Amino acid sequence: MKNCEYQQIDPRALSASPLSAQNPAEKKVQRPRRKWEAFPGKNRFFCDGRLILARQNGVLPLTLGLIVVTSGLFFAFDCPFLVQHLTVCIPMIGGVLFLFVVASLLRTSFTDPGILPRATADEAADIERQIDTSGSSTYRPPPRTKEILINQQVVKLKYCFTCKMFRPPRTSHCSLCDNCVERFDHHCPWVGNCVGKRNYRYFYSFIISLSFLTSFIFGCVITHITLRSQAGKGIVQAIQESPASVVELVICFFSIWSILGLSGFHTYLVASNLTTNEDIKGSWSGKRGAEESGNPYTYSNIITNCCVTLCGPMPPSLIDRRGFLPPDEAIPAAAASEMELPPFTPKSDANMCTQSTKDVLERMLHSSDFHGLCPSGNPKTSPLVQEVSSAPATAEPYLSSGCSRQLARQAVVDPCPLLSPVAFSKSNRRDSLHSINPAFRLASPSPTLSRSALVLGDGPDIGFIPQH
Amino acid sequence: MDIRCFTVLIFCPTQFHNLQELRHSASLANKVFIQRDYSEGTTCRFQTKFPSELESRIELTLFEETVKTLNNFYAEAEKIGGQSYLEGCLACATAYLIFLCMETRYEKVLKKIAKYIQEQNEKIYAPRGLLITDPIERGMRVIEISIYEDRGSSGSSSGSSSVSGSTAR
Repeated sequence: MKNCEYQQIDPRALSASPLSAQNPAEKKVQRPRRKWEAFPGKNRFFCDGRLILARQNGVLPLTLGLIVVTSGLFFAFDCPFLVQHLTVCIPMIGGVLFLFVVASLLRTSFTDPGILPRATADEAADIERQIDTSGSSTYRPPPRTKEILINQQVVKLKYCFTCKMFRPPRTSHCSLCDNCVERFDHHCPWVGNCVGKRNYRYFYSFIISLSFLTSFIFGCVITHITLRSQAGKGIVQAIQESPASVVELVICFFSIWSILGLSGFHTYLVASNLTTNEDIKGSWSGKRGAEESGNPYTYSNIITNCCVTLCGPMPPSLIDRRGFLPPDEAIPAAAASEMELPPFTPKSDANMCTQSTKDVLERMLHSSDFHGLCPSGNPKTSPLVQEVSSAPATAEPYLSSGCSRQLARQAVVDPCPLLSPVAFSKSNRRDSLHSINPAFRLASPSPTLSRSALVLGDGPDIGFIPQH
Repeated sequence: MDIRCFTVLIFCPTQFHNLQELRHSASLANKVFIQRDYSEGTTCRFQTKFPSELESRIELTLFEETVKTLNNFYAEAEKIGGQSYLEGCLACATAYLIFLCMETRYEKVLKKIAKYIQEQNEKIYAPRGLLITDPIERGMRVIEISIYEDRGSSGSSSGSSSVSGSTAR
């Protein structure tokens, strides 16, 4: 059986004997590297691997800034008056809420959302063997899916070309972070991270507490201005005496609609044990026929669903950021398995692009034409990608790395929960959340991509069914 | 040297480190992956189907017992009940700061699993030239069982049909 794609995988390269015999001297020279330094996804790590964030986290400082500034203005300008005229509990409640909001936000942003580590070379080879096709190396076989039964319902598992494994149920590949995330909800630019299995409860606490905080500040500021205008000469003078209150009012007014709406939406999701991803795609809404509808993960009881999602056991992080790389893995093996990125390469976008190009090269055994695939997100490359049926998931990083800044700008400008000026209704909010989903986000540059991504829903890996 | 490796593999399984060191002399022939079983949802369970590559190496009952015990451990870790709710509510009430001092129940069970796997390797699998890798090191996706062949007898005993596992030189 000729299996060109994985010819280079050689288990002998994985066993320590040939390498450790060759370079014992080098082992002593290099310091032990931690696994986060060689992490293949697009994430940033802080505190020596303890904290993880998405690479595109541009809006997180804005979120934090808005919260801190608004709360600061509240404590500085409104609280003295309210303590005098009402009660001292007001700043106390405000303080507790503020701390809770900031703690939840930081927890959401810096927690591993449930990233699945990529398959090892052996695992990938094993899976390849199991779904062996004709073995032709000239075109990418049709998208790989596997059907399984979950609670007597048929669920399709899709193969992830980037991570080289069949995705577990409810797992989705985030193209912004280039990782498969378990129970993937959405990638939230305001939080600067994906929301998945491990940090969904923190995200939910964040938006619920933020709703309370904004409503609380809004109410207190209104009370403040009302009391002042009653005591003084009217509302205009009250505003002149306390201009900061107007700023807070404006910020809170615009945030409250989106935050409250988002909280309501996520409360519905929690109660029905759905993710945003599944809700948007309509996986269980009965579109496909009566016998296939029905969420197989629900416990059919709102309380149980809530408890399981929010208070269930906390799964561990699977990526082991702080473990040490074994010395033989740190040295790139001659076999150059695709999983073993050279760890000394700084993880800049250009380098990710180069590495992905290298993947394509190794996989397709083509010549230098594919260097053209490492572009700045030019939509014209998509027909080329489609024609040669290169791994679409590796095409995604090209687009995302090339136009990541453009995407980040789009993500900021486009409505996402906090400050959407028109996103008041649930359907509008769905559209705004629609834009968060990276599959759709990346679909916008090119019509071919968007069509396939929207049709097949999940994003890049099965969008490129060739030659139909 | 070959006889020594062979002897140590058979007669000296209790020292786990020996097997690690001998990985250099005993060569890796094949790896078998036990996949996840999703029939009951997304909770962690592994399939108990006996892989054909292990038929000549280990008895079915021993293998099944290992996998079933592991499944039970994971079920215990992910069990939703009074204790997990209490832990979750307590964590929420302390703004999740309590995880800085306390170990979650899941982590405690994972330690038990690691100990169990090491014990199984020492007592049952290493004497048969097999090695189980803890699923947590593979992202909880698979149980990886490495099959080692004695270098001296690799030509005759490598009945493994896989392509990538060939150690013939």
